Amino acid sequence: MNDIITTRELTKKFNGLTAVDHISFSVKKGEIFGFLGPNGAGKTTTIKMLTTLLHPTSGTAEIAGFNITKDKEKVRQYIGVVFQEPALDTELTGIENLDFHARMYGIRKEERKERIEKLLQLIDLSEKKDVLVKNYSGGMKRRLEIARGLIHHPHVLFLDEPTLGLDAQTRRVIWDYIKEMNHKENTTIFLTTHYMDEADYLCDRVGMIDHGQILVIDTINNLKNSVGNDIITLSCSDMHRLSRELEKKTWIKNIKQHNTFLTLGVEKGEEKIPAIVEIAQTLKIRIKSINVRKPTLDDVFLHYTGRSIREQEPENPLKQIAKIRYRKQ
Amino acid sequence: MSKITELQAIYVMWLREMKRFIRARSRLLASIIQPLFFLTILGFGLNKAIIPGVEGDYMYFLAPGVIAMAIMFSSMFTGVSVLWDKKFGFLQEVLVAPVSRLSIVIGRTLGGATTALIQGLIILIIALSLGVRVSTISQLILTLIMMIIIAFTSVGFGLIIASKMEDLQGFQLIMNMLILPLFFLSSAFFPLDKLTETMPTWIGDIFMINPLFYMVDGIRGSLTGINNHFHPLIDLLVLLIICIAMMSLGSYFFGKSEV
Repeated sequence: MNDIITTRELTKKFNGLTAVDHISFSVKKGEIFGFLGPNGAGKTTTIKMLTTLLHPTSGTAEIAGFNITKDKEKVRQYIGVVFQEPALDTELTGIENLDFHARMYGIRKEERKERIEKLLQLIDLSEKKDVLVKNYSGGMKRRLEIARGLIHHPHVLFLDEPTLGLDAQTRRVIWDYIKEMNHKENTTIFLTTHYMDEADYLCDRVGMIDHGQILVIDTINNLKNSVGNDIITLSCSDMHRLSRELEKKTWIKNIKQHNTFLTLGVEKGEEKIPAIVEIAQTLKIRIKSINVRKPTLDDVFLHYTGRSIREQEPENPLKQIAKIRYRKQ
Repeated sequence: MSKITELQAIYVMWLREMKRFIRARSRLLASIIQPLFFLTILGFGLNKAIIPGVEGDYMYFLAPGVIAMAIMFSSMFTGVSVLWDKKFGFLQEVLVAPVSRLSIVIGRTLGGATTALIQGLIILIIALSLGVRVSTISQLILTLIMMIIIAFTSVGFGLIIASKMEDLQGFQLIMNMLILPLFFLSSAFFPLDKLTETMPTWIGDIFMINPLFYMVDGIRGSLTGINNHFHPLIDLLVLLIICIAMMSLGSYFFGKSEV
């Protein structure tokens, strides 16, 4: 069996509000799989269902061959979780937090010691292990939590927004740890994020999720290529007329009209700019700005939803309500 | 899951409570100082006062109530501190472990009961040093059993509140609106059953359904052996029933809680 997580029509509703809407996907053994989507898209709810903390409204999922509703305790044995909010006991020291976890998972004394020591070294916290966690920095807490999630050799490690609220430098460090863990421990990693650069850097495959539904799942390269090798963004005096004209050209893979600009997916973008300018001139359309760049995951998201992930922050009020409701459950 | 893993989970939940308890010195100090004030200020202030229905020194009458109060408040607090774990996310870490909810409840309850008992014992020792006398060893043992049952009952009650409440304001409300009046009507400070001349009789009747009355009366009967309304073994029986009910409800609600 190559798939370690499979979900079928997994759904969660809160008071009539659908947070996760019939999603089906699978994650392969050993890969880093990411859920990319804006806040409130249903990422955390999915993780909470997969980690048996929430009961799905309908549909089901299997992790390492065990059903998340019928074999809860088996599932719990095979997964490690790093939650979005820190879940450490700040009144205990770093090593005490790890020890607590190891005992909860029934690991025997000798193995516990050895394992904790090894992981502390891996996350470079050996020297701070006897410091109370309340005196740790945000990055140290995250590292400790990632190590903790791995103590019991889980088959899958769930990371919910692993670098939320951390500064750029610390994020880099956390990313490298995640990659190292995936490599050295051979652990499948399922992570959620709304940072495109994070998904881009870490993930082998990405599922884009919005309004509780999966838009597309593929490898990073395939996703980017699906919108063109290069992206040309332009704004002009009459976008409608220009886009109708450009649609006739076969060398344009796809074309999308947004509020104030057009995006075109093409090959060898820098060579296409003169051609586009020429077309515009014959139509007497004035081009205000034009640029060419490599596609990002944001372009992919834009392609599928018509919105950028960045536009989601600050959140719109309706989603905020949905989130508050969700928290209360 | 194997039984050993469950036992280890119970142990580690208990161990965590112990570590937190030892580290939170200010909490320990505060929880001892308050009953100490009651004992010394009220106790000495009213020691020779004549209160209808009180036989002997007032200190003898007051000490059992203060011991019960110390244990009750401390264990209730441990039960409710699940709310902190919820707020700071640690509860998720506990709930996602491959351990039955029952073991988690048992471990936590044992931890809370242990810390409460330590505090209760300190108050007991202070009361003894202030002149309260225990005549037999079996009286002392019965007192200790009462203290343990009170601790478990209160942790269970705290767990019920924690599972039903969203935040700590709700807990404050319950403490002020429910527990405090019940405590005043538990005969901790003055006897209820012999006060029919100064109070409407119905107040005297209410104590019969007040669980806190049996706690105070039980310790009074076993520790000092005077001023108690029921025989201590009757109190013990009632307390046991209340304890089982609270613990079962507490674990039931906690087991159902989602994060």
